[in-house]
Amino acid sequence: MSDLFAFNGAKGAGYAQPAPISDDFTIPLALQRSAPARWPRASEPEIVRHYTWLSTRSHGIDSGFYPLGSCTMKHNPRVNERIVQMSGMNDLHALAPASHLQGLMAIFHEMQEVLEHCAGMDTVTLQPVAGAHGEFTAMRCIQEYHRDIGQANRDKVIVPDSAHGTNPASAAMCGYQIIEIPSLENGRLDLDAIRAVVGEDTAAMMVTNPSTLGIFEPEISEAAEIVHSAGGQMYYDGANFNAILGKTNPGLMGFDAVHYNLHKTFSQPHGGGGPGAGPIGVKSHLADYLPAPLVVASVDGEGEPWYDWYDPPKSIGKVQQWHGNAAATVRAWAFYRRYGRELEKMSEHAVLNANYLRHRIMNPTDEVRAGIHAMPIDGAPTDIVKHEFTLNMSPLKDATGVTGKDVAKRLLDYGYMAPTLYFPMIVPECLMLEPTETESKEAIDKFADDFLQILAEDPELVKTAPHDTPVKRVDEVWAARNLILRHPLDDE
Amino acid sequence: MSDIPDSLRYTAEHEWIRMDEGVAVVGITDHAQDALTDIVWIEFLADEGDTVEENGTFASVESVKSVSDIYVPLAGTIVALNHDLQDAPEAINEDAYGSWIAKIELADVGAVDGLLDAAGYAALIGE
Repeated sequence: MSDLFAFNGAKGAGYAQPAPISDDFTIPLALQRSAPARWPRASEPEIVRHYTWLSTRSHGIDSGFYPLGSCTMKHNPRVNERIVQMSGMNDLHALAPASHLQGLMAIFHEMQEVLEHCAGMDTVTLQPVAGAHGEFTAMRCIQEYHRDIGQANRDKVIVPDSAHGTNPASAAMCGYQIIEIPSLENGRLDLDAIRAVVGEDTAAMMVTNPSTLGIFEPEISEAAEIVHSAGGQMYYDGANFNAILGKTNPGLMGFDAVHYNLHKTFSQPHGGGGPGAGPIGVKSHLADYLPAPLVVASVDGEGEPWYDWYDPPKSIGKVQQWHGNAAATVRAWAFYRRYGRELEKMSEHAVLNANYLRHRIMNPTDEVRAGIHAMPIDGAPTDIVKHEFTLNMSPLKDATGVTGKDVAKRLLDYGYMAPTLYFPMIVPECLMLEPTETESKEAIDKFADDFLQILAEDPELVKTAPHDTPVKRVDEVWAARNLILRHPLDDE
Repeated sequence: MSDIPDSLRYTAEHEWIRMDEGVAVVGITDHAQDALTDIVWIEFLADEGDTVEENGTFASVESVKSVSDIYVPLAGTIVALNHDLQDAPEAINEDAYGSWIAKIELADVGAVDGLLDAAGYAALIGE
C-alpha cells in the first residue's frame, strides 16, 4: 500500500513555490489560508514510484482487453502522442494571437470539416470536452433556436428507454421535461409511441443509432419525420459512431444536431475521467447559436490559407475556456490522418469483431457446451449486430444463482476488464460487450474461450470472485450507504 | 418465484397497494426489490400534502444496480411518506410488503378496482 499523504519527508521537499512576479497584487487577507495547505512531502523518485505502483494495480487498454460496451475502449496509437508533443502543438499559449497559431488552427479547421463530413452536418464546434457536455451544448442551441423563432413553449424532450442516462440528464439540465418512451419487444424504436407523445410542446427527440442494444434503427428516417412534422428537432447521440463511420451518417437519417466522442471513435485516450472531447455538429439553422469560437478559413494577400477565430452571432456563450481540449483534437486529427479516406474500414472491423465475438460466445462447440450450466440469451433478436452486443445472463442466474455481476467479477481474474454491466436496463442481467476494431482475432478467441469457461465453472468460485486481483470483492452496498467523500488527514 | 400476497392490489410498474379506510398505502413488490437488488437510497420527489396525478413519479429508489422511479398508482393527495426508509432503505429488501413508501388519499376510491389483482400481477411478471 502506498499512500500519497503518508509521505512525510523533509519540510518543503517535492515542491517549490515560485517567488511572486510582483508585489503589486496580494491576495486579500480574508481569502488567504489560515494554515499552510497540507501537501504530501515527497521527492521525485518517491512520487514516480507511487504512481508506477498504482499503475501496476489497475487495468487499462494498455494492460489488457477492455470490452466495456458503449465506451469504445480502443487502442490509443502512439503516433498520436508523437504529434501532440511536437513543440508546434505543445508549446503554444491559448492567448497567443491567431498569427502565431495558424498551424494549430489549420488542424482545428480540418477537424471541423472532417467531422462535418462524417456526420452530414453543416457546422462543427470543437468546444465541448465530454460527450454529455456536447449533449448539453447542443440541447442549449436547440433551446435558443426555439426561443428565437418564437417557440419557447417547446419544453419536452423525448428519450427512448434504451438511451444513455446522459441524454435525459443533459436535457433536464437545460430545463426540459423528459418523456421516456418504451421500445418495441425487439428493442427497436416504437414509431407509434413517438406519434403518441409528439406535439406542439416537443422540443426534440434524442436517439442513439445504433442503439445501446447494438442494433441499427431501420425506421430512423420515419421517426425523424414524425418529430419534424411536429416541429421538434432530432438529436443524435454519437456514442456509437464507431459502428457507422463512412457507411451512413446522422444527416442522412434526418438529425439536426449530433455530438462526437473523440475519446471513443477517434482514439483519444479515456477512462479515469478524461480528458475527453465532445465536439458537436449542427445543421445550418442551428449554427448561429454554437458556442464560440469556431475556426474559419480564408485566403490571405499572397493566396495562402488564413485562419481566424469566429464568434457565431447568436451564440449561447462559452461552454469551455479557450479552445476545448486542444490536445484531444490534435490526437483525433492524427488518428484520422492515418486512415484518411479509408476511415470506414475502422467501422467495418469494429462491426466484424463484435459479430465474431458474439458468434463465438453464442455457438460453443458441443464439447464446451456440455460443461456449461446455462447459456446466455442474445439481448437483441437480430442476426447481425453493429459494434457491440448485449447478453441476458438470466438463465445462468436461474440455474446456479450466478449473476451477470458475478461473471463480470470473475472476468477480472482472467485479466480482462469487465463488460458494461446491467445496462441497458431493458435487458435483464445484462452484460454489454464491445471489442472495438483494434483487437486481433486471437485476442477475441481467447476471450470467448475464457468467457465460456466461466459459464462452466463451480458457481461458488464465480460468486466469490475476484480472487486474483489486488482488491477482492468490494462491498458496494456498504460503500453506497456510507459515503466518504474526502480523504481523512492524519491530524483529523 | 416472488411473494405476491392475494390481499393486495398491484400496478404494471411493480407497486403494491393496500387500502386502509380510503387511503392507499403504497410500496414496491417483492419482485421489484429482487430485480433492483440492494437498495441504498430512496428520494422523495413530492411532499406530504401534494396532489399527485396518476402515473406521475413521487419517489425514486436507487440500488447498486440502477435508479428507478416509483409511480403514483392512482390520483390523490399524499398524506404520509415513510421517512424512516431514508435511514434504512434495506428494509424494502428485507420486507417489501411491510415497508410502505407513501400513503395517498385517493380522489376516487373506486378506481382501486381497476388495478391488477395478485393473479393479474403474477401473469404480468410471468409467474
